[in-house]
Amino acid sequence: MEAMEEEIRQILAQQGRLPVDIADLDNDADLYEAGMTSHASVSVMLALEDTFDFEFPESMLRKSTFESVTAIRAALTSLVGAPAE
Amino acid sequence: MTDEAFGAFRDELIDSGLVIDAGAEGLYGRSFDYERIVSGIMGLTTRTGADEGATTVHFPPVIPRWLLERTDYLKSFPDLTGSVHSFRGDDKMHARLLALVDAGDDWVEVLEPADVVLRPAACHPVYPLCTGGPLPAGGRRFEVHGWCFRHEPSRDPARMLAFRMHEFVYVGDPGGADGHSEVWVARGTEMYESLGLEIDVVVANDPFFGRAGKVLAANQRAEALKLEFVSPITSTESPTAIGSVNRHQDHFGSTFGIESADGAVAHSACFAVGVDRTALALLRRHGLDISSWPAAVQARLWP
Repeated sequence: MEAMEEEIRQILAQQGRLPVDIADLDNDADLYEAGMTSHASVSVMLALEDTFDFEFPESMLRKSTFESVTAIRAALTSLVGAPAE
Repeated sequence: MTDEAFGAFRDELIDSGLVIDAGAEGLYGRSFDYERIVSGIMGLTTRTGADEGATTVHFPPVIPRWLLERTDYLKSFPDLTGSVHSFRGDDKMHARLLALVDAGDDWVEVLEPADVVLRPAACHPVYPLCTGGPLPAGGRRFEVHGWCFRHEPSRDPARMLAFRMHEFVYVGDPGGADGHSEVWVARGTEMYESLGLEIDVVVANDPFFGRAGKVLAANQRAEALKLEFVSPITSTESPTAIGSVNRHQDHFGSTFGIESADGAVAHSACFAVGVDRTALALLRRHGLDISSWPAAVQARLWP
């Protein structure tokens, strides 16, 4: 697992208040369907900004930005650049 | 809306004696007649929900600090929060406190937070009552009302620091929560219109705080989670929300660990009357002399 994905999953485990283990969810799994609330997604957003040292632009401050590991990864990649391989 | 327009209606209310300037922006006393309107609205609200089979509960206007934390209110509206602090020092600190007061300096620094905060919404103390095992089939219903506090000092008389809210709350399964909100959009509209108020039902746009709040606000709008009954108070162009129907989805169910009858995370919804704002809307609509209000409206308020 690449470093960015690992960090995203770690943040989701700490801040997502998921009733299931994040390890049991694949990258495309809908986190809201898995039980993440919109308030928890705000904690995830703040932790992502803190960890990766950036700010989401206003246009991305919506629920769908945080709906899956893949979606979060795509948002991060577009904002902080592609992860080093 | 300009400050003058707020001020004009505010001045009328104060000049009439219905509302009393209590010495801080947004803080008011109320007259006998004003409180007659309030008790009329609350009685009508109770009668409107009489067939709900709701359990009526009463709570003081302060709630435990842990309860505020659990509701996630600090995530949404930290700027509206009111926290209670008190003095817990010794004689030496007492002397320091008095010296600061005498000097006109900031004396709050010697206070410490108490275990309670001011209640921002009437329904918050209800959710902890629903924990400790699955809810009965059909969920639970509560009627709850009382004083609430939101720190948004303003000249707008409709933006009071301390105000009454009267709610009917449902906690149970998703279908029940949707049903509760549908029923109360219709009942609320009928109730307000029976008082001669012009009502529009609109999607709410709560002032969630900061960048984090943008996510919550976008979600609230996109899913039309909260609808407001708006009616003119200080402006006909920007009418004021005097009541609302709020679908919380599984927000309180999840944060308080409430289970519906089938063991799933409970959903909740509430109908809330902004009692003081409704009183102001009535005063705006029918005039400041309540004895001259239409007989039909008086009959609804004071049967």
